Amino acid sequence: MRQQLTLRGNHALLTRANPLSKFAAVVLITAVLALSIDWVSASVALVFEVLLFPLAGLTPSLLWQRGWPLILAAAVGGWSTSILAPDSGRILLDVGIWSMSEGSLQLGIGFLLRGFAIALPAVLLMSCTDPTDLADALAQKARLPHRFVLGTLAAMRLVGLMAEEWQTIGMARRARGVGSRGNVAQRVKATLGQSFGLLVQAIRRASRLAVTMEARGFGGGPRTWARESTYSVLDVWVLAGGVLVAGLALVAAVSAGTWNMVWLGS
Amino acid sequence: MPAASQGAGAPARPAAITARGWGWRHAGRSKPAVNALNLDISPGERVLLLGPSGAGKSTLLHALAGVLGDVNDDGEAGDADEAGSLLVDGESPRARRGHAGLMQQDPETQVVLSRLGDDAAFGAENLAVPRDAIWARVHEALDDVGLAHLPLDHPTSALSGGQKQRLALAGILAMRPGLILLDEPTANLDPDGVLEVRDAVARCLDKTGATLVVVEHRVSVWKDVVDRIVVLQPGSAAEDAVLLDGPPDRVLAEARTMLAAAGVWVPGYVPATRSRAAVPAAGAGNLLLAAEQLAVSRERPRRSGFRKVPPVPVQEGLTAQVRAGQALAITGPNGAGKSTFALTLAGLLEPVAGTVSATLDLSRGAGIDPYKWKAEQLISRVGTVFQEPEHQFVTGKVLDELRFGPRHLGHGGERVDELLERLRLTALVDANPYTLSGGEKRRLSVATVLAASPQVLVLDEPTFGQDANTWAELASFLSELLDAGTAVVSVTHDAEFTAALGGAELRMAAAEAVAP
Repeated sequence: MRQQLTLRGNHALLTRANPLSKFAAVVLITAVLALSIDWVSASVALVFEVLLFPLAGLTPSLLWQRGWPLILAAAVGGWSTSILAPDSGRILLDVGIWSMSEGSLQLGIGFLLRGFAIALPAVLLMSCTDPTDLADALAQKARLPHRFVLGTLAAMRLVGLMAEEWQTIGMARRARGVGSRGNVAQRVKATLGQSFGLLVQAIRRASRLAVTMEARGFGGGPRTWARESTYSVLDVWVLAGGVLVAGLALVAAVSAGTWNMVWLGS
Repeated sequence: MPAASQGAGAPARPAAITARGWGWRHAGRSKPAVNALNLDISPGERVLLLGPSGAGKSTLLHALAGVLGDVNDDGEAGDADEAGSLLVDGESPRARRGHAGLMQQDPETQVVLSRLGDDAAFGAENLAVPRDAIWARVHEALDDVGLAHLPLDHPTSALSGGQKQRLALAGILAMRPGLILLDEPTANLDPDGVLEVRDAVARCLDKTGATLVVVEHRVSVWKDVVDRIVVLQPGSAAEDAVLLDGPPDRVLAEARTMLAAAGVWVPGYVPATRSRAAVPAAGAGNLLLAAEQLAVSRERPRRSGFRKVPPVPVQEGLTAQVRAGQALAITGPNGAGKSTFALTLAGLLEPVAGTVSATLDLSRGAGIDPYKWKAEQLISRVGTVFQEPEHQFVTGKVLDELRFGPRHLGHGGERVDELLERLRLTALVDANPYTLSGGEKRRLSVATVLAASPQVLVLDEPTFGQDANTWAELASFLSELLDAGTAVVSVTHDAEFTAALGGAELRMAAAEAVAP
């Protein structure tokens, strides 16, 4: 978890783009996909997203490692849609209360592809964006208050630390006789106690970190930035790419007649 | 002084400190932390601040850094009470925040950002130093603290404790402060880390001439760096807060006994401890626990998709025996996996390979593998005292804390009163464990684990950051336990502590660097 906070070793092209332009492109694509449950717009977007993998330094195995919960969620979503959606067309499968028809299967596949297509841009963005660069861009380009942005960034470093602390507190409590094994009620109780312990430690660490930051002159006053957040030609390409993928997905779906605005119903 | 770095601005002028009747009471406390402090420190002086816990040393450092207490919009203290005046170069430290660099104890919270260069630049950015000058300062500062060999994008999470503290020092140096404040900067470090940080500080002071105020109870570490020792005493309105003040040799000669009695580690002083009634021969005593060809890691098996990948062990092929009435010291450099090994031995971590097995004398029907024991079975057999006492507190009162173990085991607290008495906790029974001093927390954490009467006691760095009094009490108490037949396993860097307990030593080699 802590290693993922920097991008060491990833020198792919997209790591050099400004985080804000990447973010804008991602928002654009996800917004278009969120509008319609259909398999055409989703698959068009998905094809382009997969093509972008090498540019972001992402490989299928890295994707699986980082994004498997999202992938499983999309798969489960697709499966349940296809068996639970109202049936239309030929019935393909009928087991008790579960039935799958051509219509519901199509909806299910649309749901599955859409899930992938919406999740992937976020994974792509994360895999080629260093949080520090994102913070720089948010504070310098988007003009968000630097106190807030840098405070969040510093706190994120503590999150990784807290994951380690959680394990240590769990062991320390077992050494006191608090069982984290046993029935559900015992486990819930043990987890609550452990969370309290972690909370105390988190607050202590956070206040010490706050003192460190204040002592280094961190506050509301004007500050300079050692790293300038800049836009380059690459960012024009990133934005254009976002517009292109979103546009093609939309056009393809409308011309194939599958465009299906979520709120209009089917 | 020649301009050390062109284009990066002139080094700051060493700062002067003036305190006149200064006092501070924290919000919500009845007693002041510092009372009636009168002190003058001239520019460029290097001062070691000593005194018993509760003398307000950290409070003074925080005040000098300008980060003390609640501040309302007028820049004045809120709920807290301030008396007299405390000035740095004739100004209130709060108005000059960022002009004095402060380093605290916990290395993890001295690092702000995830990349080495960014972290060193953070303070200079806040002082609105122009960009080009920042990088010139960062390179110079990293060079001064001996971290220039690492790339600027080196992840700060991969640094050792000593390196983190040196990075913090670099971040402070890049601010060009006239005053450097160190609050027990090496208390959490192993002996190599301590020297690493001390030497870096000394080098930087020689170069910048900045004023230094350091709080540390291991005097020998700083004795040759400082040119003045100031001893503070806990606040009372009648007396001056400064008890003693002068050159190190004079203060140490005059007040050696008094300082030692107050728990200060004066150079060359090893507190007297109880010696064991009879040191048993190696191999004597019933075998309780044995580790064979053990490979250990803190990581759990990683899940890569559906596959379970076993963690890369930090150490392998470890063999050890734990015997009743015998001490075993686990020593070795930082990162060697000493704690990991001890926690695996104590049934808290699952072995990556090899076995930890309990003999029938210890298992008493609970099975051979301590990791598989239930928590209640574990605590009456193997007790583990963690490095950070707060990790082990499970109640809101000292007495409940001690009764917790026995109650879970379903027997009375016969040992509770005895432990309270023996570890001087009787007066604190109603206190909240989190509010105790460092030494009291350490004594409580040992007492709570022993309340369950384990046959094996495992301690992780029990003497880290402890004053000489707590140290001596702990060593004496453990020698009593050993005589009574308890096995004591301690992970420690502390050679004097190992010597005081006697017994076998398992020295672990540095772990090989394994690429992640």
